[in-house]
Order: sequence, then C-alpha cells, then structure tokens
Amino acid sequence: MAQSLQITAAAPDPALLDLPWHIPLEDWPSENLAALPRGISRHVVRFVKLSGRVIAVKEIGETVAYREYELLRALSRLDVPSVEPVGVITGRSTPDGERLEAVLITKHLQFSLPYRALFSQTLQPDTTGRLIDALAVLLVRLHLTGFYWGDVSLSNTLFRRDAETFAAYLVDAETGDLHQRLSDGQRGYDLEVARVNIIGELMDLEAGELLETGVDTVEVGARLVERYEELWATLTDAESFGSAERWRVAARIERLNELGFDVGELDITTDVDGTTVQIQPKVVDAGHHSRRLMRLTGLDVEENQARRLLNDLDAYRAATDRQGEDEEFAAHDWLTTVFEPAVRTVPRELRGKLEPAQMFHEMLDHRWYISSEQGRDVPMAEAVTSYIENVLRHRPDEKAVLGVDTAIIPQVE
Amino acid sequence: MATVTFDKATRIYPGTERPAVDALDLHVEDGEFLVLVGPSGCGKSTSLRMLAGLEDVNAGRILIGDRDVTDVQPKDRDIAMVFQNYALYPHMSVADNMGFALKIAGTPKADIRKRVEEAAKILDLTEYLDRKPKALSGGQRQRVAMGRAIVRQPQVFLMDEPLSNLDAKLRVQTRTQIASLQRRLGVTTVYVTHDQTEALTMGDRIAVLKDGLLQQVGTPREMYDTPSNVFVAGFIGSPAMNIGTFQLVEGGAQLGQTRIPLERSVISAVSPEDKGQITIGFRPEALDVVTQANEGAIPVKVLLVEELGSDAFVYGELAGAGAAAKEIHSGAGDAQIIVRVDPRSVPMKGDTLWVAIRPGERHVFSSATGSRIDV
Repeated sequence: MAQSLQITAAAPDPALLDLPWHIPLEDWPSENLAALPRGISRHVVRFVKLSGRVIAVKEIGETVAYREYELLRALSRLDVPSVEPVGVITGRSTPDGERLEAVLITKHLQFSLPYRALFSQTLQPDTTGRLIDALAVLLVRLHLTGFYWGDVSLSNTLFRRDAETFAAYLVDAETGDLHQRLSDGQRGYDLEVARVNIIGELMDLEAGELLETGVDTVEVGARLVERYEELWATLTDAESFGSAERWRVAARIERLNELGFDVGELDITTDVDGTTVQIQPKVVDAGHHSRRLMRLTGLDVEENQARRLLNDLDAYRAATDRQGEDEEFAAHDWLTTVFEPAVRTVPRELRGKLEPAQMFHEMLDHRWYISSEQGRDVPMAEAVTSYIENVLRHRPDEKAVLGVDTAIIPQVE
Repeated sequence: MATVTFDKATRIYPGTERPAVDALDLHVEDGEFLVLVGPSGCGKSTSLRMLAGLEDVNAGRILIGDRDVTDVQPKDRDIAMVFQNYALYPHMSVADNMGFALKIAGTPKADIRKRVEEAAKILDLTEYLDRKPKALSGGQRQRVAMGRAIVRQPQVFLMDEPLSNLDAKLRVQTRTQIASLQRRLGVTTVYVTHDQTEALTMGDRIAVLKDGLLQQVGTPREMYDTPSNVFVAGFIGSPAMNIGTFQLVEGGAQLGQTRIPLERSVISAVSPEDKGQITIGFRPEALDVVTQANEGAIPVKVLLVEELGSDAFVYGELAGAGAAAKEIHSGAGDAQIIVRVDPRSVPMKGDTLWVAIRPGERHVFSSATGSRIDV
C-alpha cells in the first residue's frame, strides 16, 4: 500500500489501523459499516464498527479536519454537549497512489437520535416543540462559552431523551469558531441561520408527509428565537432594585437554578448613596441538577432526568422519614435499594432500548399511570415488571440509531 | 445593488493591542467583484465579517450604498453569505430547495416561482426544477446552493474561502463558475481568500492586507505590474518575485558580482534611513538568459530545474557572492533565485546561468520603508 498515514488522536485505538483507509469512504465494504449510507450530505460520512463501538468517519479537507478536531476537543473541555472527537487521519492514498481526502473521526453518541429518526417514530404530542426547546438551550450554552456555530440546524444536532424533554448535542462544528465573547451580531446571525434552517428542515419533513399535523413551520422557527432570547435574558440581563429588596438576589439565583443553571459569579453593584442595587450574572453553568445528583449518587445523567431522580430521592427520604439525616446517606440507600434494583430488573436484551436513567423516569411515569388506573399505590417492583412487559418491550432500540433518512424509512403509525 | 464602503473601519479584539483591522478605507463599486487577500491573520476574514455584521466595529463606519450599517444586525443588512450551507432537502423539489427562504419571508408564490425560474436559467438548472435533489450531480447540487442566495436578490454577496473545502480540480472549475456567474448577475461581491492565484483570476480588483493594514488595492494587472511595496511584490505572482537587498554604489546597486545600473531619479529618492541600501525585485518571468558580458547580468548557480511542459523554472542561488547570497530571496525560500527559462533549452544542475532583468520589469523599493520607488 503506497500510503503513509498520519494519525492524530488523543487516545488512538490500534484497531484504527485495520480500517481500509486506502479506499474512498464512499466505497467502503459493508462489513466495516455499522449502518447503510443514506441521505444527501455535503461530505461523505459513514458509521463504522471499531472495537465493539461505533465511530463516525467524515471525509473532509485536511485543514478543515484539524480545525474541527481542535474545536470539538475545546468544546469537550468546556463541557459543552457535543460529539467527542477521536482523531484525524491524513496521508491517505489508493494503491495506485491517488491521494484521498483526510478524515475526521468522532465517537458515535450512544442513545442519541437524529431528528429525522424522531419523526419516523410514533410521535408524542409536540415533539417538534420539545426539540426546538432543547436546541435553544444548546445554542444559549454555546454562545455563553463564546462559540459561534455558523450553521445551526436540526441535522447538525443530535438529541438524547431527557425525561419528558430532549437534550441537544452539537455534531458538526465545521463552520464554528471559539471567541472570547460573542458580539450581538454573531449571536443574531447564528439565531437567524438556525431559524431559516429549521424551518427548511421542517418544510422538508412536511413535503415528505412526515411532520405531525397542524405544525406551522414558520411558527416553530419563531419559537426557537423566542425561547433563545428568553433564556439569554434570564441568564445575562442586569436587574436593578431598591436596596430594601435584597431578597431579589436570592430569587434570581433560585430562578436560574430552576432553569438548570448554577451561578458561578454574580456582579452586585450599588449606586453612590446605596439606594439601588444592580445584579448581573457573569458566569453561569448549566447542569445544576445533574451536578447535584452526580455528587450524591455518582450517576451521570441529563439535566431533566436528574431533576426527576432527585424528586424521587426526596420522596424516598420523606417516605422513610429520613429528612433530618445527611442527604448523602439517604441518597446512597436510595441508589442501592430503589434505583439500581429497578434498572437491573430489565432483561439484558432490552437494555439497548433506552439509557437506564430514562428507563427509570419512564418507570416512575408508568407507576403513576397504573396506580391511578387501579386506584391503589402500586409498589415499585410491580410497576417495574409491568413497565418492562407492557411498554419497554415494544419500544425500538435506541442505543445506535444511525444516519436515518426519512426519504427511505416510512413513518410508523 | 449597491456599493460597499469601509470608512476607517477598525476592529480591535478584546485583550489585544494591535487592531485586527486597522482603519480600513476601501470602496467597492456597484457590481464589482472585490477580492480580499493576504496571509493568515492579515485581517481579511475579519474585514468580511465586519461587513457581514458578525464582528463589532470599534471605530469608523461601514456603508452599503448610502446606508450606514455599522450597527445594523446581520439579517437586516441585505447581504448573503454564499456557500455557508448547502445541505439540500431530499423531499423538496429543486425549485423549493432554491426558494424556501423566500417562502419563509412571506414572498407571494408567483414572485417566488419567477425569481426561482430566473435563477435556474442563469444556473442551467431549468429542466431540473421540478425534480428532487437526488437526481442531481455534485456540481448541480452546488449550483442549487448558489441559487438559494441568488433568489434572495441581496445587495451584496459575501464569500469567505468558499473553495477551501474542495479538491484541486473542482476548485479550479468552481472558481471559473463563480467568476462568470458573478459577472452575469452583476451583484457586488466581496470574496476572501488566502490564495493569490484565486485572487488574480477572479477579482475585478484585489485588496491585499497584512497585519490588519491595507497594503494596496487595484486591478490584477496593477498589482502585478506595479506593486506598491515589497510585501505586495512578494505576495502577488506565482512563482513569487525574486527580491534582493543591494548596496548603493556609484550610479547603481551592487550585490556580489552583480551591478545593476539605476536611474538618477531612483537614486535621488533614496533617503538616509535607507543606510545606503536599496531593494530590487524581479519576477522569474522577467529575466532573459544573457552572457556574462551583459551589463547588470546576474549569475545564478542552478540547483534544480522544474519542467512543467509549457514552462521550465530554474531554482538556484546567486553565484560568487559569498555571504551576500543571503541577501536575495524568493518564493522558493531564502538565498534562492527562480528563473523562468525556455523549456526547450534548460540548463543542467550545477551550471551557472547569466540572466538580466528585462527593461521596464525591474521593481525598486526603499529598503527602510519597503515602499515602491518609481522611476
């Protein structure tokens, strides 16, 4: 083979060397692929099996590949929800010596769903709206860290279930840029690109008769702008009040916590005679609830899943009359006697359907549902068995939903 | 359609002292194709993003037509960033793929169809309008993406290194397409690239930037024939110009054995700051092979000959100059001279070739300021 590969990776997997880099990605043999190629994309992208995992391989110009790799690494370090880069491979050529494009490799995000996959399933009401809300949160988080995306769209985003909502992850950083601070123009342009792209993507689903009925695509685009601006204002606006109303400092922090954000730094200034106070959050970090759950139980879950689990933990403490006790002890017991037994009851072959925390969330929902149906307080163990047989078994596997193209896959009624 | 004016526009990034773009004064005519070019970090992309509204302008103004847009949001500037996104929607027809942004903006259906049809005609896509994008070739898909920008009928097109993603062959092809399309549409276009060949082949005019400062703006011909300073001289042209620092001697300039006569007007333009030195530039294609007896003949020791069929280039070094050979450099690196020679009579490696600068093709610059000295 007349090629000298250059592999740049933080933790290279030697199995990478066994992949057929001397073949254009477009022609890779199906035995290497984790899913069939689909859809129209700017670059050739393939999902590839590697050491029992799935990686996404994208053919792209060399400088752009390195740039995107570094950007994705920076985003991971900043703890922004994004796909994890594996590495860049350059120096590829065919046995005839013809140069092949460089590739960027990223890890496939387990249990993530492309938006098109969500529209090929039976939809819960307002799926569109919930996706948009998740994207608004992601965009705000990116902008807070100084990341300008340049090409915000549903197809450049992956979604993970997060209790009754979704959590959005950035997939494509090709057009992005990290700045110290974004100008209003950059934020405004990103938002406008997002609005137009999303409406376009939804119009496409509409043309394919895949969109839930009664959705006004232009309205959905406007909802993104509205949600984004609301959240941005709550997180960053300065607020002034009389010095007698100091409770408003605590109220602001509580409001941010409620939205899932911690305040890392709050600017408080008073005027010269001390009659008015102005506060403005300077550093806010997403993940208020997930961090708290992580501290108490070691579970690493999405924000709204954490909220749900923490509520159940509170209920557990009340029911076992342990509210006066150290939270950590009760949390440990809840983990070993409630959470773990419930998710461990799920047979191995069904575990690829949902993440454990999402299953637990649905178990709680199911328990509430059958309890009210039967007019009694159904114990957790019984509810779990019922959930597995009546709900989970009939769900699709979501551990590795790859490159779905709705032009091919019909909607499930 | 409109003009674009940078009026002492300045961008200083927070935490830095030197402006990324320093008091840029630039006027782009209505319908003109202007290329901003320069090495990385020169401020070309920042300038474009200032025009797009993505970067704050810290001082000065930006105008589109007569309208001051310095503080206007990007979406309200009536500009289009071309090529940023060419994802196509599989369920929508080619016409809908081109016109959907107008539909979002609430443009009446008949108007959309008319504008889409006009754009399709220019882009050679008419017969595909009612098909799905799957039926299109790669090049046609790219044209659909261009169509998206065209149907919006913006005042200005902005393109930031649109070809950097393409392989070499497609790049040349697309380059020609964009240039001819722009001329047919007549929409004012500002185009950013780091590639001077792209700049020379595409632009009506080229603006060269370095360290945030505009070096020169002019037609490709002006940039090539009369670069206004050493930087532009070395940047424009491929292979790059040979540039040497010569010592001023009676009636001319000397480097090693070579003595190049200088006009009186040139010598009188030299100032004390130049410390008795002068910078002389000559392009590889501005040299004739001569004999040693020729006045101003430059001896070049041949290190490598590159034959390209239509052309041949000699890469060599100044012969018999000792340490002074370091004072001359070119696009091939320090202490090197490039000479274009007749591909039918190329010298051998190790030969010494005598060359002379063709009359009128010599460039002289102040060694202190780098500015061009006109004869």
